[in-house]
Formats: sequence, C-alpha cells, structure tokens
Amino acid sequence: MTAQPTDIATYNFAYLDEQTKRMIRRAILKGIAIPGYQVPFASREMPMPYGWGTGGVQVTASIIGPEDVLKVIDQGADDTTNAVSIRAFFKKVANVAVTTDTAKATIIQTRHRIPEHPLTAGQVLVYQVPIPEPLRFLEPRETETRKMHALEEYGLMHVKLYEDIARHGRIATTYAYPVKVEGRYVMDPSPTPKFDNPKMHRSPALQLFGAGREKRIYALPPFTDVVSLDFEDHPFEVQTFDQPCALCAAENVYLDEVILDDHGGHMFVCSDTDHCEKRREQGHRGHLAPETPPALEKREPAQ
Amino acid sequence: MYVAVKGGEAAIANAHALLADRRRGDRSVPALRLDQIVEQLALGVDRVMSEGSLYDRELAALAIVQARGDMIEAIFLVRAYRTTLPRFGYTRAIDTGAMLVERRVSATYKDLPGGQLLGPTFDYTHRLLDPELAAGGEVAEPLQRASDADAMPRVSAILAREGLIEPDGDMPQDHIPGDITREPLEFPMARDIRLQALSRGDEGFLLALGYSTQRGYARNHPFVGEVRIGEVELELDVPELPFAVPLGSARVTECQMVNQFKGSTKAPPQFTRGYGLVFGQSERKAMAMALCDRALRATEFGEDVVAAAQDEEFVISHSDNVQATGFVEHLKLPHYVDFQAELDLVRRMRAEHDARENAGKAEEKREAAE
Repeated sequence: MTAQPTDIATYNFAYLDEQTKRMIRRAILKGIAIPGYQVPFASREMPMPYGWGTGGVQVTASIIGPEDVLKVIDQGADDTTNAVSIRAFFKKVANVAVTTDTAKATIIQTRHRIPEHPLTAGQVLVYQVPIPEPLRFLEPRETETRKMHALEEYGLMHVKLYEDIARHGRIATTYAYPVKVEGRYVMDPSPTPKFDNPKMHRSPALQLFGAGREKRIYALPPFTDVVSLDFEDHPFEVQTFDQPCALCAAENVYLDEVILDDHGGHMFVCSDTDHCEKRREQGHRGHLAPETPPALEKREPAQ
Repeated sequence: MYVAVKGGEAAIANAHALLADRRRGDRSVPALRLDQIVEQLALGVDRVMSEGSLYDRELAALAIVQARGDMIEAIFLVRAYRTTLPRFGYTRAIDTGAMLVERRVSATYKDLPGGQLLGPTFDYTHRLLDPELAAGGEVAEPLQRASDADAMPRVSAILAREGLIEPDGDMPQDHIPGDITREPLEFPMARDIRLQALSRGDEGFLLALGYSTQRGYARNHPFVGEVRIGEVELELDVPELPFAVPLGSARVTECQMVNQFKGSTKAPPQFTRGYGLVFGQSERKAMAMALCDRALRATEFGEDVVAAAQDEEFVISHSDNVQATGFVEHLKLPHYVDFQAELDLVRRMRAEHDARENAGKAEEKREAAE
C-alpha cells in the first residue's frame, strides 16, 4: 500500500490500558492469596482469537515491565507459529527483550508444557488455559461447579478416576491431569501432559494461569504443594519413553514423535527445543543427530 | 537425516503478505473506499457495529474491508479495538418512545397512534436479481413525507393501560446497570446483563434459537407488538453541569415481542414481553433477541425449563461469536504434545487388548481340540 496510514485507530502502549492492567493485577493477587482458586476477571478482547492464548497474554501484559525478558513456548518449542506470533506481539506493543533461553527469561508464557530446565525463584511461568474448570467435563454448569469447589465436594472426580481404573485398568487421563493445591482446591494444570505435573509441586517460580475466553485467573505462589490425584493402590505415574531423544540423547524428558516417512518410520525428539539445542551445544549426540550440527548458530527471534 | 522445522517467523510474515495481496485482489479493479462501504453495504456495517459493540460506521467499514468481508472477523477487529478505549462514562438510558422513527410496524394492531410506517424494508420486495443494478443504473429519489413532530407511543404503553401486559419492570432502587465489557459474567445473571449479552450475540445463533422456540422447543406464542427503527438521542450526565449533555444520536432497532401467558402461581394471566434492541438496522436480530429474551425468562414466570433457548448458561455462554470462532478455530493450533500422550496411552491399551484377544483365541482352539 502506498497510502499513508491515517490516525483512524490507535492503540495504547502494551495494548491494554492501565486501568485494565490494574484490574487484572488485582485478580492475580487474589489468585496468589488463594492458591488454586479460580478468580473471575473481566477478560478483554485481545487482538488474537479467544482460545489462542488470550488469557496468558492478558496476564503477561499486566505483569511485564520494560526490563523483563520474555520467552514464549507452545508445545515446548519457541518456534511454533503461535509462540512466534505472541512473542512478536509483545515485541511490537511493549518493546521488551525476548529470548529462547529458559534460564535467561524472567517471564515465560507457555502453552501445554513446562520447560525441562528447572525454574528458579524470581521467574514467572504464565500458562495459557483453555478450560480452567477441572470439573467441567463432569458437570457442564458453572453454577454447579462453583458450588462443588466451595463445598470441597470432589467425590465426582474421584469416581471418574476410579471408573477409569475399573474400565481400563489405569487412570486414562494423560494431560490436564487434575491436581490438588495445598490440600484444598482441585485445579486444572492446563493441558500439559501429566509428565509435567511434578514440576509444579513446590516450584520456586511463581505460576500464573490465564483463561481469557472463560474469564478466569488462578495462581500457584512459589513453593506451593501441588499433588496429582491418585489412589494408594494406583499411585500417580508420569509417562516414560523407551528411548532417549534421537538428537540429544536426553532421558527423562518429554519427547515428540516425528514421522519420517510414509511407511511407519518415526523418531522421538525433545519437545523442549531450547533444552535440546543446549544439550547438543554441550556435545550430547543422539543416534539420529547430524554429523555436523547444522543450524546451531545462535537463533534469536527475528526483529 | 532429520532437521527440526524452523522459520515460523518468515512463514508467518509471508502468509500475511499473501493475505494482503488476496485481500486487495486484481489491482486493475479500483480499491474500495470506506465511504462506499458505509453507504452501500450499510446493513453489513450495522451488524459489525452491533456485534462489535462499537457505534462507529467508519471503523466498522474499515474492519469489513480488512476482513475481506468476513463478518465475524470484522466484528473481532472492532471488539479488539473498542476494548482498548478508555471509558468516560455511561449515557442516560435512551428513550425509544421519543425515537425519530423511520420504520415502525405492529402485527398486533391494524392501526395505532403514529400509524404503520414501512420505511426502507426488504419486506414485500420480490427477490428477483436486478440486472439494472449490475449495470449501475441510476436510482430515483425516494418520496418522503415530512416527519410528524409527535413522538410515536410504544405499543407496550398502549396495552399497559388495560393492565393486560406486564409493565416495564423495575430494578431495585440501588441497582447499578451491569457492564459485560467491564465485569466477568456470573450465572445466574440479572436481565440487564443478559440483554447486553444478547444484543452483541451472534445473529445466526440467536436466529436459530428464536426459530427453535417457534417450532415447539419452549414455544411462547409470540406476536410482534412492534418493531421500530430510527434515531435516538444520547445524553450524558456530567458531574459539573446541572443538565444532561447531548452527545448526538444513534440509529437503533427495537423489537417488543408480546407473548401469551396463561398465568402461574407467580404471575396472573397477562401478556408477557420479550425485548430486543440492537445498533443500526437489523430487524432479524432484534426479533430473534426478543424471542430468546422471553424464553430465558422462563423461571421468572414459573415455567418449566425444557429447551435449549430457556437455558441461560447454555445460551449466554455460547452466543458470542468472537469467543466461539476463536475456540473452534484454535483446534488448528499444534496439539502434538497432548496427542503424543494420548497416542502412547492408546498404544498401550491396544497392546493389552490384542494380548487378551490372542489369549482368548488360543484358549478357544485348545478347548476345540480337546
């Protein structure tokens, strides 16, 4: 377009107006004060669609300052398209420094994963949450589920888990596996694989959860007890993989299956791309890693 | 050899460049101007203003052209802009009784004070495609009589004199009208909140629900008491001034649906009402909204809640098309971490299942052999 843009529409710094940020910060503080409790907040329309991380984006927009360093991941990776898009959004509207390095980030916004590199005090992990209510698939009505939380009436959830065992011989929930927070609220950890649940337990980092479309914020202050629901004779277990990462040989990490051809060939690689790259830089090599590391030049997000 | 896919940023930038190209289309065709859209696609502009909850024709036109005519995308653009605007205050309630009416029809009375006024309507047009329009033919000037200075009384006020229709209803003295753009929705909700949500609700969704009530799912015997379209004055109370300050006018469509009601333990036999009000000109939306509003008042009148249209949490939670489209379309985003977890579970369960099957077959063979 050759036309000069007009001033027909302009946007505030960091997109959200300051009053909105204050409202969201109040909800966050309330969430921190009552770990695991879903705080209703007046979620705003964001310039990305509902369901694409608007809750996480609103939380991040409300807590981010000019000196923050932001990392955004989706499925554990920094370069999935929606992570790229959200990172670009904050670079554009808040002009903050961004990184892919878990250790260097002060705020990490995530969808579906917790980084493999342990988080430290002072870091904030912001989760994008699609359905914040762990009881939603057992009881569709908000009026009912709020009552159940208020009365600490979680029998229905235990019955569901028990029925899983009776029917399938195991608890057939692999992600968004419900947890109990500080012995009080049952909480949805967002659709992270249950592999990541133990990382939430007594994490030194502050964990904030934003659900934009459902208008809820909840939080885990540092060092909060987060226990995955289970039974004495069917204790909670995380996924294990039979083989290490094919690129960096890491074990005890979450792996993605990558299809290599159309007759069943596949390999398993780290879902956390930053973790995988760091390990390869340190010389770890998986059985399918290229001879000379191809694209290991420092990959900072494009300006 | 496997190399992880990189370059999401370049791919996104290129995709957006292609989108901009496709939006513009053939460069030998003149680009649309916003005033053309405002003037000639006015009802599309009205829908975007109504469901975008922002009364600004020019911005709605910009959104429509930017969205390539995708209405929900345009509504989304407008919503994402309006939410960043500071809030100066709230106008006084508009008085639709004092509306400068361009169209007003009633289905309950043959004639009534102020008369039936057809106005600019598609009603009674024969839906024949018009080749003259394609040829860009001139359009004759319309005939318009001078407007009556007298305001048109609302049909609800006429019926109210006999006491046969429920009154407008009162909120408690200390009730402050809610604002769904500033407070989280909570169920059950007061009617003012519900009406706000319906007014910005998706036209197609409300249309289908309203239609379902007519076909017997929570039938409530509706009559169009009145539909009116026209300009209303907006006035704002400013603390420093002893009078309300006029801000200008807005074009709205209002529908008063009159519904039969046989009475219950909670209310005497009388006509009840469903209410619809939307920005701009959209009778379909206002009427559908009024049907839904009445259906959602079931518990207020002691009626059984038996159908989707009467279920407040169901209707209001799913009426917003910006929310709905976002969550439906988010299924396009990568889910391979969760899918991997499910894949692993299904593989294990499948292996156990197959082992059981094989064991069972071996058992059968053994028994048959014996």
